[in-house]
Amino acid sequence: MDFEIYLPIAQVTQNVFVLLAIGLVMGFLSGMFGVGGGFLLTPLLIFIGIPEPVAVASSANQLVGASLSGVVSHWRRGNVDFKMGTVLVVGGIIGSLGGVQLFSLLRRLGQIDLVISLSYVILLSTLGTMMMIESVGAVLRASQPGARPRRLHQHSWFHRLPFKMRFRRSKLYISALLPLSLGFAIGVLSAILGIGGGFLVVPAMIYILGMPASVVPGTSLFQTIFITASATILQAVTNQTVDLPLALIILIGGVVGVQYGTRFGARMSGEYLRVMLAAVILAVGAKLLFDLTVPPDNIFSVAPRIE
Amino acid sequence: MTRTGLATAFLLSLFLLAAPARAQQLVADLNTHLVAITTRFNGAEVTLFGTIEGGGDVVAVVRGPERETVVRRKSRNAGIWLNTRSVSFGNAPGFYQVFATNPIDQIVPASLRQLNEIGVDELKLSPVGRFSHEEVPDFRAALIEDLQAEGLYGHGTGRVEMRGDKLFRATLAFPPNVPTGTYTVQVYLLRKGDMVAAQTTPLIISQTGIEADINEFSADQAVLYGVVAVLAAAMAGWGATLLFRNA
Repeated sequence: MDFEIYLPIAQVTQNVFVLLAIGLVMGFLSGMFGVGGGFLLTPLLIFIGIPEPVAVASSANQLVGASLSGVVSHWRRGNVDFKMGTVLVVGGIIGSLGGVQLFSLLRRLGQIDLVISLSYVILLSTLGTMMMIESVGAVLRASQPGARPRRLHQHSWFHRLPFKMRFRRSKLYISALLPLSLGFAIGVLSAILGIGGGFLVVPAMIYILGMPASVVPGTSLFQTIFITASATILQAVTNQTVDLPLALIILIGGVVGVQYGTRFGARMSGEYLRVMLAAVILAVGAKLLFDLTVPPDNIFSVAPRIE
Repeated sequence: MTRTGLATAFLLSLFLLAAPARAQQLVADLNTHLVAITTRFNGAEVTLFGTIEGGGDVVAVVRGPERETVVRRKSRNAGIWLNTRSVSFGNAPGFYQVFATNPIDQIVPASLRQLNEIGVDELKLSPVGRFSHEEVPDFRAALIEDLQAEGLYGHGTGRVEMRGDKLFRATLAFPPNVPTGTYTVQVYLLRKGDMVAAQTTPLIISQTGIEADINEFSADQAVLYGVVAVLAAAMAGWGATLLFRNA
């Protein structure tokens, strides 16, 4: 008996256990590090031979379920700022509208694969390097007693922007333009890269918006549900690249993996976890960059015309 | 199209196409006219069989549905390989394979090969849109090479086996990545360089079962499909939290 499954939208045959294992690894990492993991899922799906556009759209689809399952425990503890989340979502939906159109245009021009890979290389190498520097620094500081904690956030020009709004849960009084434009950026990235944006939203919430650390993961997951949901529907309408069976199989592996990842992560110190996550991110980025720069086996590629 | 509609169209085309087989010198058929792609599809084999009268050579050409196909060429810019040139071919068959009792260049004259597009070199692939003429041969060769590598275009000629003087058969193998649509199997009888009989038989390759339904749903009701995909993922995620709540 074999366990091959024909994926109807990707139109390729894949082993069910390979897909479950990818979900499991993804879920484990996301449970351990507290990020959605979409930025690792899309490249992994591309590595096993799922066409890039289908990998992006199905990854967004999968994240709807993964982030919903993650937000529940934060919600029970009251650690979700719904007002902030809603403003982020409004920006996010506008961003994903634009992102999907851009995706469609790049696909017609035959440049979507390049843009996806290149964006990932830039994003992962920047993020990985920043995290590596920050977390190695934290590990070193932890070994030096008496080091002073840094200030939560600096006041700068963007705190003088208009349309100020009060966010009680986050104890903030800031311009709504800030979360709105952050949401917009995540929406665009979600549509082009199939990510929930947790790994960008989390640092932005802490360092730019200045939200208290306790409400950051819950609010980030909350906005991820809606931004990925909007990206999924828009991809389904514009590009017809959402492979639901693929997303569901990954999700099954993912929810199991999250349970183990969370327990494993709880037993490790935060600084070491961040060093490891930075290493994983840099490795994925390096692999994608390597693939772009090595001379291809065949300089020609063939694909049916997309209308 | 409905199932009965397909069946009627198919029977009608069989009748029309079988009619020109002169004096029944050539009768050919397939063991099945429908290849179903299901969840567990891993390629398929279809048997072509038939009889000839008065000897000669049998040539069969299997063609998949035509579609506009873009060939892109990468070149190195700033250390990165990216698609820079492209040529679009308007009518590339998604599948193409020739079967014959003997090497085709020995049994089919060049003029007949050209006229009936027998052999990959004779495929009439017309570029559309913007292109420069001197580039076309390279892109055409790349298209054929790529589809050959995917197992969709034949390398050389497949075998038609004769059983005695009259019976012939050939095994048409379709790989797992075969495109869906209506295929034609053209069978020719050649005698001393003359085409004495010809017959065309259709073959339908289509997704069936749940994956066909999913694919059709995603194309016909894109908005609803997107909403269903979101709800299904959300329910699976919610279900998981209930399942692991006490774990």
